[in-house]
Amino acid sequence: MGKDIKNWFGSGSPWVWLNAGAVSISIIMVTGLLALIAIRGLGHFWPADVAEFDYQQRDGHQVNLIGEFVSEEQVSIENLRAAGHAITSDTGHITRHLIKIGNRDIGGLDFRWVLEPKIEKLHYPPTMMVFERREWGNFYGYIDSISENDRLIAQGESAWAVLQPQLLRSDALYKKIRAIEKDEIGAVNAAVERLRLRERGLELEGNKDPAIMVDIVQQRKELQQSYDLMQEQLRLLYEEISRYSVTATAMDGTSLTIPLVKIVRAYRPNDMSVLGKLGFYAGKLWEFVSDEPREANTEGGIFPAIFGTVMMVLLMSVIVTPFGVIAAIYLREYAKQGLLTRVIRIAVNNLAGVPSIVYGIFGLGFFVYFLGGNIDQLFFPESLPAPTMGTPGILWASLTLALLTVPVVIVATDEGLSRIPRALREGSLALGATKAETLWRTVLPMASPAIMTGMILAIARAAGEVAPLMLVGVVKLAPSLPLDGNFPFMHLDRKFMHLGFHIYDVGFQSPNVEAARPLVYATALLLVLVIVALNLAAIAIRNRLREKYRALDN
Amino acid sequence: MTTTRSREISIRHQRGRLIRDTLTRYVVGLGGVAVIAAVALIFFYLLYVVMPLFKSADVEIVAQYTLPGGVGSVTTQLVIDEQREIGVRYTQDGRVLFFRVSDGKLINDTQLTLPAGVRLTGFGHGDLAKGLMVYGRSDGQAQVLRVVFNASYPDNVRVITPQLEYPLGEAAIVVDPNGVALTHITVQQGEERSTIVAKTADDRLVMTSLILEESFMDDEPELDVSYQHLSDDMEDIDYLLLDKDQQRVYAASSDGEMNVFDVGDHEEIVQLEKLRLTEIGTTITALKFLAGDISLLVGDSSGKVTQWFSVWDINNTNMLTLIRSFDVGSQPVVSLVSEPYRKGFAASDSAGRLGLYHATAHRNLWSGRVDSDAGDEGQSGADIKSMAISPRADAMFIESADNKLTVWHVDNEYPEISWSVLWGKVWYESYESPEYIWQSSSASNDFEPKYSLTPLAFGTLKAAFYAMLFAVPLAIMGAIYTAYFMAPGMRKLVKPGIEIMEALPTVILGFLAGLWLAPVVEQNMVGIFGLLLFVPISILLFAYFWRSLPSRITHRFPDGWDAALLIPVILVSASLALWLGPGLELFFFAGDMPGWLSNEMNIDFDQRNAMIVGLTMGFAVIPTIFSMTEDAIFNVPRHLSNGSLALGATQWQTLVRVIILTASPGIFAAVMIGLGRAVGETMIVLMATGNTPVLDFSLFQGMRTLSANVAVEVPESEVGSTHYRVLFLAALVLFAFTFMVNTLGELVRQRLRSKYSSL
Repeated sequence: MGKDIKNWFGSGSPWVWLNAGAVSISIIMVTGLLALIAIRGLGHFWPADVAEFDYQQRDGHQVNLIGEFVSEEQVSIENLRAAGHAITSDTGHITRHLIKIGNRDIGGLDFRWVLEPKIEKLHYPPTMMVFERREWGNFYGYIDSISENDRLIAQGESAWAVLQPQLLRSDALYKKIRAIEKDEIGAVNAAVERLRLRERGLELEGNKDPAIMVDIVQQRKELQQSYDLMQEQLRLLYEEISRYSVTATAMDGTSLTIPLVKIVRAYRPNDMSVLGKLGFYAGKLWEFVSDEPREANTEGGIFPAIFGTVMMVLLMSVIVTPFGVIAAIYLREYAKQGLLTRVIRIAVNNLAGVPSIVYGIFGLGFFVYFLGGNIDQLFFPESLPAPTMGTPGILWASLTLALLTVPVVIVATDEGLSRIPRALREGSLALGATKAETLWRTVLPMASPAIMTGMILAIARAAGEVAPLMLVGVVKLAPSLPLDGNFPFMHLDRKFMHLGFHIYDVGFQSPNVEAARPLVYATALLLVLVIVALNLAAIAIRNRLREKYRALDN
Repeated sequence: MTTTRSREISIRHQRGRLIRDTLTRYVVGLGGVAVIAAVALIFFYLLYVVMPLFKSADVEIVAQYTLPGGVGSVTTQLVIDEQREIGVRYTQDGRVLFFRVSDGKLINDTQLTLPAGVRLTGFGHGDLAKGLMVYGRSDGQAQVLRVVFNASYPDNVRVITPQLEYPLGEAAIVVDPNGVALTHITVQQGEERSTIVAKTADDRLVMTSLILEESFMDDEPELDVSYQHLSDDMEDIDYLLLDKDQQRVYAASSDGEMNVFDVGDHEEIVQLEKLRLTEIGTTITALKFLAGDISLLVGDSSGKVTQWFSVWDINNTNMLTLIRSFDVGSQPVVSLVSEPYRKGFAASDSAGRLGLYHATAHRNLWSGRVDSDAGDEGQSGADIKSMAISPRADAMFIESADNKLTVWHVDNEYPEISWSVLWGKVWYESYESPEYIWQSSSASNDFEPKYSLTPLAFGTLKAAFYAMLFAVPLAIMGAIYTAYFMAPGMRKLVKPGIEIMEALPTVILGFLAGLWLAPVVEQNMVGIFGLLLFVPISILLFAYFWRSLPSRITHRFPDGWDAALLIPVILVSASLALWLGPGLELFFFAGDMPGWLSNEMNIDFDQRNAMIVGLTMGFAVIPTIFSMTEDAIFNVPRHLSNGSLALGATQWQTLVRVIILTASPGIFAAVMIGLGRAVGETMIVLMATGNTPVLDFSLFQGMRTLSANVAVEVPESEVGSTHYRVLFLAALVLFAFTFMVNTLGELVRQRLRSKYSSL
């Protein structure tokens, strides 16, 4: 048998198998990664059951705990004993669970670890209630009563029946309040700011025309009046919304009164049917992509990040496509093919490999401080010393990423142009068309799939790049979107949120990492889906292209 | 339409076509060149930002006039205000003169009032940043004063008004209770404690401590004055210094002996050491502190300035140690003055040579003769009697022996950088030995910024090394199999899979590495190492088992799908390894391998370390190397391998001895480009390492790379400062390295392509 093995090794077959193993390992890693993100990301929105149990703490006290089971890990008994726990078991490891207990305003911490052997009387009461709140995180407990302006309306179980319609009403009022605050008052604020800038501009010019001054004063008065009107409206709405409040009992017996305005949702997970849970899941999924973040980016949605990413990518593609295509056309059609074009091609290929952070720092130094600073001096002197364009913003971020992805577009378009047989061009020229007409009417349309591939690859790359954006315009939380209803409607100087940066920021710079982690997985899943979709589209287009040209060659 | 009309239209149309054609040509030409130029702009802009770091200083004489206040008095100190508008001159006979810097016009002339029969016998200064000066009197008392510059804005124009202040009170302070004249004196003022140290005419060294005590009885803080005695036989002392923390007194004699006293606890004064600062025969001609009062600058008669500070040696004693020396000239050093806020200084010798230096960078920024630009031809050797540097180190006063005061504007923005600072070991203040350190900022003003790029470059290379260690075998082996042995059907699935692997944003890889992989690896370390062993062995076992199966079964599976067959095998063996892990860990390492590493083997363990980075960055780099290698192997002409097989070689032999050798340039190019990508990666490193700039090759320690450093520090650095420019330099180094590596790979690949077309 030894000789058999030796022969087998001599034939080289084991090495082939090991090579195959390398491929398998890579496939496993990729699929595993995608599966991990998918499971953890999608699992976040499912309403988990809430357990109640008695727990014996390290100091011997018996407490009543309520919470969701989040994760578990194995800890060695040595470490536990060293930490002061009294363990009777003999086996080497003990499971401990991470419980989300919420009630941060009562207990101080959202999460805690519990040891499995010390849990007793674990059950899932159907009347257990979860409140998703606007601050202080989730609340777990049993409902007591609902009051209106300190007057008891309903108690016990009937309170639950009254709660849901009241919550809907409160939610509608809250949306109305937010609309007034953000949109209407926001518009007034923008108008006031424009007025101030106009005034300062006149001051800098030395223009003291009294007629204009009077006009400005008049406008300011009008704005103040409309502001006062809206304030009054808001006051009434606030009064209306804070009428109702609910009282509930938490796990240690504390009774808490929560005004309904602070509650986003109330549900009983242990009592929900599968259909109910599915409906809940869909609702949370929708909230994730359409709502704004709450609680320092650990709850709520990521709509501003999605919007910021999409807008930046659109701006970038608008800039990069014409320039990349023109450069490729120049390289392939107009420049004399020789050493110079070879050098340029090498240079362009190289630039695809330059670290993205170098583009970021270039963008910061050149675009933001040099170009932006000069633009401020020339066009926005009245806002100085507060910078308008001389500070990171969405325009500079798009420009930086356009510079970063221009090589991708150039290379893709170049390849596409090189596949078009010379016979076509020569035929068109022979028939009397000018070079421009040949280009515009024959060559470019044939190269358009390649151009599109290049554009899609550029977009896919830009959507995932984070490092340069950290320097040129992305922020943790943007108070407003770059596109809104106030003149000039598209604010290219605003900072924006970005999906990739959101992942970095929420995962690593969040005050409450445990609560933020599931949201990071969900955001990562969204980003991965978008990018995978874009890449598959590019691959499909490229394959169709290859088929088409293979036919053309024949 | 008539013929002429249609011909007109036709001519116009043709001209339009021609115009459009020419226009297109220019637009495309312009656009193409512009884009390519924009890309070159990056390199040149980075260079432009970095260049000023290596420039020398520029000096310009802006004014020269006779010394304000006349030649009768000897200058003891000159001061320039921050805005370079007002100058102050203190004289030996107690005059304080304010004058305008631009033309020397006298603004004010104050004379210190003295009681009858009392003369001024000594002068000293404290922290120059605070402007503290002290006069010693013949009756053993001292007067502490300073000038403050008040800025006001009448009519929106800035007006600076100087004002004389007595921070320790207008009344003279008793320094020597015996009333003997004070010949050398110095002072420092702190928040709660102030100290005056002086040498008396009868060679005693005395000290007065004034401590502000908060009384519980009333709100008025009381001043507790106490007198201390340091030494009796200080006859040769010519230089007396007290540091701003009021901990050390340095008393030195001209012939080179230095006495150091610890006065931190004023109830227990200890003489720490006595040592020689110069060789026997060489005298000390100037002694000053460097900004921060940690380093001493000693100018001697051989024309050198040496820097000394206290270092803890192996015996745990604190000794003044010679750190570095600067050559001013061959003549004795006459005057020495430090910049108030930076570790730079100016020194001049008796031949009229003046030099501007930076201590940490060991750099001479400017050197020249004082009288060369004076415009007075023929005036030789205008000895420098006194110098002063403005707070921002952008102006200097030079008082020359011909009683002229020259005002210089100095442009010396980035003295802290030199080649040795960036890449060599530097001995920083209070460190035991020269080290490579990156520490660009801290909370205090006296901080010595440490800009060594070596730890960062080392971190970059370390991360790239571990990444390539993981990626290269997997990628090349996988590419070989995919290009040569894999069935086309499976290849159609695997190649897009690898492209998706390439497209995954590195931010997601980084976050998974930091938040998921690092804790998992720490928990299951034995299992992970076990994987390395189990998986290859299980593959080989399965291969042998598969071989011994009857062909009836093996032929049911199509040829070339081995990789798919191995997937369940690998999954099972990996799970086995991870399942056995905790048990093995308990048996060998008492349940905690990371702890065992730190405690038993003295290997420091970080949860986020080079292993995590290697795995993750390797994952990110595999697709790059994979696709290029696969291309290279796939494109080797078929007839080569057919010929080899026809001559009787096995598949594997053909592969190893023919195919790989032919494709080796392509494989080399792939590895180069993969290396370039690994070096430039930012997000993974940012999230998966501890970001500590350590010079340690250990697998279990973190690192900080050039790219992560730039990403973290640029948003917080002051635009245009040295720190900002050094970060641009780091980006430039990255750019140059990846450009070089990628160009090498590209050149090799292009040559390979042309070689194949000839085969």
